[in-house]
Amino acid sequence: MSFIRKPKIVYKGQRTNALGLTRRDYEGGMSTLCAGCGHDSITTALVQAFFELDIEPHKVAKLSGIGCSSKTPAYFLDSAHGINAVHGRMPAVATGANAAARDLYYIGVSGDGDSLSIGLGQFAHAMRRNLQMLYVIENNGVYGLTKGQFSASADIGSKAKKGEVNEQRPIDPVKAALALGGSFVARAFSGDKEQLVPLLKAGIKHNGFAMIDVLSPCVTFNDHEDSTKSYAHTRQFYHPAVHADFIPPAQPIEAGGDEGGVLRVNLHDGSQLLLRKVAPDYDPHSRAGAYSYLDECEKRGEIVTGLLYIEEDRASMHEISQTAKQSLRDLEYDKLNPGAETLKALQSRYR
Amino acid sequence: MKPTDTSNPDYFHKVVDCQWACPAHTNVPEYIRLIAQGRYTDAYLLNRESNVFPGILGRVCDRPCEPACRRGRVEDKPVAICRLKRVAADLSDEVRDRLPQRPAGGNGKRIALVGAGCASLTVANDLLPLGYDVVIYEKLAETGGLMRSNIPRFRLPPAILDDEIDAIVDMGAELRLNSPVESMAALLDEGYDAIFVGSGAPQGKNLELPGRYDTDRIHIGIAWLESVAFDHIDSIGEKVLIIGGGNTAMDCCRSSLRLGGKDVRVMARKPRHLLKASDWELEDAEEERVEIMLNHSPEEFIVEDGKLVGMKFAKVEWHDDGSGRLKSTTIDEVVLPCDDVILAIGQENAFPWIERDLGLEFDQWDVPVVDPATFQSTREGVFFGGDSAFGPKNIIWAVEHGHQAAISIHKHCQGESMTERLPQTMNLSSTKMSIHEWSYSNDFDPAARRLMPHVDLKERFENLDIEVELGFTAEQTITEVERCLNCDIQTVFKAGLCIECDACIDICPVDCLTITHNGEEADLRSRLTAPAENLDQELYVSDGLPQTGRVMVKDENLCVHCGLCAERCPTAAWDMQKSELIIPYATDEAACPTKRKAG
Ligand SMILES: Cc1cc2nc3c(=O)[nH]c(=O)nc-3n(C[C@H](O)[C@H](O)[C@H](O)COP(=O)(O)OP(=O)(O)OC[C@H]3O[C@@H](n4cnc5c(N)ncnc54)[C@H](O)[C@@H]3O)c2cc1C
Ligand SMILES: Cc1ncc(C[n+]2csc(CCOP(=O)(O)OP(=O)(O)O)c2C)c(N)n1
Ligand code: SF4
Ligand code: SF4
Ligand code: SF4
Ligand SMILES: [Mg+2]
Repeated sequence: MSFIRKPKIVYKGQRTNALGLTRRDYEGGMSTLCAGCGHDSITTALVQAFFELDIEPHKVAKLSGIGCSSKTPAYFLDSAHGINAVHGRMPAVATGANAAARDLYYIGVSGDGDSLSIGLGQFAHAMRRNLQMLYVIENNGVYGLTKGQFSASADIGSKAKKGEVNEQRPIDPVKAALALGGSFVARAFSGDKEQLVPLLKAGIKHNGFAMIDVLSPCVTFNDHEDSTKSYAHTRQFYHPAVHADFIPPAQPIEAGGDEGGVLRVNLHDGSQLLLRKVAPDYDPHSRAGAYSYLDECEKRGEIVTGLLYIEEDRASMHEISQTAKQSLRDLEYDKLNPGAETLKALQSRYR
Repeated sequence: MKPTDTSNPDYFHKVVDCQWACPAHTNVPEYIRLIAQGRYTDAYLLNRESNVFPGILGRVCDRPCEPACRRGRVEDKPVAICRLKRVAADLSDEVRDRLPQRPAGGNGKRIALVGAGCASLTVANDLLPLGYDVVIYEKLAETGGLMRSNIPRFRLPPAILDDEIDAIVDMGAELRLNSPVESMAALLDEGYDAIFVGSGAPQGKNLELPGRYDTDRIHIGIAWLESVAFDHIDSIGEKVLIIGGGNTAMDCCRSSLRLGGKDVRVMARKPRHLLKASDWELEDAEEERVEIMLNHSPEEFIVEDGKLVGMKFAKVEWHDDGSGRLKSTTIDEVVLPCDDVILAIGQENAFPWIERDLGLEFDQWDVPVVDPATFQSTREGVFFGGDSAFGPKNIIWAVEHGHQAAISIHKHCQGESMTERLPQTMNLSSTKMSIHEWSYSNDFDPAARRLMPHVDLKERFENLDIEVELGFTAEQTITEVERCLNCDIQTVFKAGLCIECDACIDICPVDCLTITHNGEEADLRSRLTAPAENLDQELYVSDGLPQTGRVMVKDENLCVHCGLCAERCPTAAWDMQKSELIIPYATDEAACPTKRKAG
């Protein structure tokens, strides 16, 4: 953390987006995380993504649980809405908020502890419902906030700072998401914004639950030798398999189709993704293919990143539940509250 | 690009834009910090080391530092560097007891200085402490050169001149006033070990137009200002036209207002942006309701019955002649009535007192040939500096010439090679006090530039002696010092420590850092977090980083030296280190003489 705030300087030639806002207008409070924490980098990537998408900050709701990672919504988009929920319970709160106000962009920030240890059940059900939100797991293999205990994503054989070795099998959120029916499954690294920013943009625009597992080293408790979640280890075994370029709706696209290893994916709102694949026969539409590719690479110790699976037209929570087309706040009062008589009639149907 | 060589002192010096732009390389950020700490006397002495006349320059310096100031790139207005220099001078204690004196006995070498202007006085200042016998010949009855004879008292009070000039003369110089040197040959015959010519560029340019000699109401600007300064002239007509658009014109028009001028106009041939006068001089004249009339080219003085009644001008338009040069075409003619005309169209060097058979070469413009590094003429042992060397410049250039000439004179007298001079060097020292604490005020203060308070517009015209600028108040000073970005507190990078976490890049408030693959400069400049479009500002490129082999690139252009990159770095790969430029003067050359003896 730092004792002076990042000063707001409007310098000549600073870029603005279509709304006339600068990147600085998408920032939040001063970070109190450790200097060098991967989470801060992801915060910056989120700022960049929302800035580039020309999204008005107040059209966004930020949600999180508990952990260093879960503190980060305080550090971006300070004019967005936000709820800091209890440990592991953010998906339930997000579901409720989204049910009531469907016209906001939902962004959940969680940790490997928050999502894979205490919150695994909630995480699974939000995915199963295909809740429309971007769900970022800032994955460092430890409980950073409580001083570095192994989390459920710690790899077998990875050593803690004081030397003890993890013996339990890790839960890989990407594999879990594939198994649980996730409709947008990606992995990225806090140290590679060129890959991360377009993925975040795609996730924000995806019509459903977009899960991005972002490897995010904990410099204080998990960045030593023999840790498999350090900056150095991640870089050494980094294997970007599918790179996504995000193309906003208005922009013309040059390359098309599945030529030369480039696959075009149309998103719900007219924007497109151009997926450049390292392995030419990799198919990001195949759940089983993705799973076996991960297995193969894992044997070589490789850390596969990129947009690994996407199912762009699966029905989202609102579509499945056939809810009102607008946010509840925009419903006329007598529709929102049809009165005691209607309630009675409804209740009598269940008697 | 190759990794930046920060062991070359020029690299970090250039980051300190003001110091780099100052001809004498005044350590601006350090003196501003001293003022901030209330150490006015130390701030004064630090200034004095390089610019010798802080009280004078704090009022009238041409301030090339200010247009260079980084603050002017980050926002609109630079730091009021010059005004702060005056604060140091205004609040400094007496410094005489901290200045060196000429050691008794001396070193047996005798030097003659021609003229008692700022160039000669700087030479005296640098050589007296080494024991030289310094004799100053001055034509006029007073010291100071143009600073006293031409810069009006309402800009520069005589008491300030006396104080700073006496401090030098009192070190032990022999001052001969009313002693024009009328023959260089005769002076050479006196057997001085070296002669320094600091006689200035004393001749004002004339304007040969019809009617020029039919009246005595047409004055040459610098001669007229001198007459005003020495009280030979104390009035002028009500309608005055000043011809010219430079700083002399501004002093002439403002002086006219104080001597009875009511309708005073400055007539300039060029459009506004091409006027030679500094913006602040133009603003000060306009504040006093002087009309600056642009695009008026003088054609004729109109004299009726031996009386000057007006002047004819062509109104012109300027356009590019295709080869990048401006050409004018006349679109109209106007006659403006006037009682007096003052010509302020430039100065020339004149050396009627230097014989042309002394081995002292003059070039095609009749200006002496002078070496730009040593300031020696083509005759050994005769040196030039200030306006006399390369034509009219300003005080701070004359001071810098004086410093360099003093080194040459010393080496000449000691039989050392004049071209083997001590190099500038640089010290770097960390300013880190603890994790989040630095030994300088690193937070960015968004305050706008403070404005100099002026004497009321009515009062100030009562006589010539009322200094218009009042100096900064305590409140203004407190605010203005915080505007300085401490550009000498350098961001110093150690590539081997970087783990490429991006923390520094993310926190930088002006987007000046990037980690990327190396490339050619033009390509690299286009690939940065914010494109580096100011080509005058360097890129700081690191060695390859340990994890990926990419490089850290810093665009020096907009860095506000907030230290956040260093605070955010988990491995202390960035540090904030104070760079201190060490400038050799004659005393330093004297302190290590043998090393570079000729041959
Ligand atoms: C109207 C006007 C306003 C100016 N305002 C500014 C300003 O605001 N800021 C700024 O930085 N600069 C200003 N300048 C420029 C500045 O004054 C000069 O660049 C500077 O004074 C040059 O210093 P110098 O020592 O070379 O010569 P000078 O100051 O010209 O001194 C030369 C001295 O030599 C004497 N001398 C000449 N010949 C002989 C001789 N043969 N024997 C003995 N003595 C001799 C002269 O009498 C004079 O005293 C201004 C100039 C003018 C004309
Ligand atoms: C119900 C509950 N149980 C336990 C805790 C203690 N606790 C706080 S943060 C945390 C783990 C956070 O780990 P993770 O989500 O990975 O976040 P990180 O700090 O690593 O970013 C735990 C166990 C808690 N706050 N609440
Ligand atoms: S403890 Fe770890 S996860 Fe938490 S802020 Fe520090 S580096 Fe980041
Ligand atoms: S000191 Fe560091 S963080 Fe601050 S502006 Fe300069 S490079 Fe950026
Ligand atoms: S903060 Fe330090 S370790 Fe991190 S990228 Fe910057 S210099 Fe490297
Ligand atoms: Mg964690």
